[in-house]
Amino acid sequence: MKELSLNILDLAQNSIKAGAKNIKITLLEYDDVLIIEIYDDGKGMSLKEKQRAEDPFFTTRTTRAVGLGIPFFKSAAEQTGGSFEAQSQERSGSSPGFTKITGCFNKNSIDFTPLGDIIATVCAIVGGLEEQNLLFTHKLFKSQGLENNNQNNDKITPYGTAELDTSEMREILGDIPLRSPEVILWVKDFLANQYAALYGDENKN
Amino acid sequence: MKSLKELAEIRERMNKKLSLREGERDIRIVVGMATCGIAAGARPVLSTLNEEVASQGLSDKATVVQTGCIGICQHEPVVEVFEAGKDKITYVKMTPEKAKRVVAEHIRDGKPIAEYTIGNSTT
Repeated sequence: MKELSLNILDLAQNSIKAGAKNIKITLLEYDDVLIIEIYDDGKGMSLKEKQRAEDPFFTTRTTRAVGLGIPFFKSAAEQTGGSFEAQSQERSGSSPGFTKITGCFNKNSIDFTPLGDIIATVCAIVGGLEEQNLLFTHKLFKSQGLENNNQNNDKITPYGTAELDTSEMREILGDIPLRSPEVILWVKDFLANQYAALYGDENKN
Repeated sequence: MKSLKELAEIRERMNKKLSLREGERDIRIVVGMATCGIAAGARPVLSTLNEEVASQGLSDKATVVQTGCIGICQHEPVVEVFEAGKDKITYVKMTPEKAKRVVAEHIRDGKPIAEYTIGNSTT
């Protein structure tokens, strides 16, 4: 994959196939680090499935439900010196399932894959939703202006956020499907505006 | 600034259209969006299809939907066009440029582009 946003799109398809009601994609972006988290409340994976999901040589020839998505994402994180984690609980009886995939990327690594067109990814995910809802959040943190050496790292507040919540959209849209091209174009502009505000100052420098 | 208010306006516009029209949208444009499709460049193809369908005012005629792996990964990005009463058309090795032509010539004007279809595509 040439862009991390393509990995995100790919993993979101897994969440949809896992029968999730809610999908949350969260990007936490710091000066040197990017954390990507994909959470869904779908059927989850058993321990065995989870192990297989991380190994391309098992997955390519087994179920279609898992595939190469996780191994691609994992290697994209690890090749930057970052880390990867998959947490999952299989849905059984009354206990709900979930899957949470987290990748931590070192942005300064020469092997860091750029995030790429994240807006196109969100548009594609929204267009592929059936009953599910997506909450997309991209938080940008800046250490600029903070003193070095201080112990206040946990007090860093986001510099800005770009966000899209399809449950909010559905309330307004009523019967109009999310995948309507007009709605997808609105999503694109809605996020583009937020990103312009988010990165606007940076580009002027 | 795009706001939720504009989304409400989209709903109003589309509700009007819906009430004017009888029957279902009769063309389904299906894009393969599994790992193979995405890696081969399906996302910009999907974006272009949505943009072109909207800008040419065809959204009451055609819907753009996504599917998983169609099973011909070597031909991705793959776009299938289903139209009531007609044979399915399978376009292979799609690009945003080809997608534009497909919307204009096939979806709008009703003339499938043979050179992009499976079995004919050389690029």
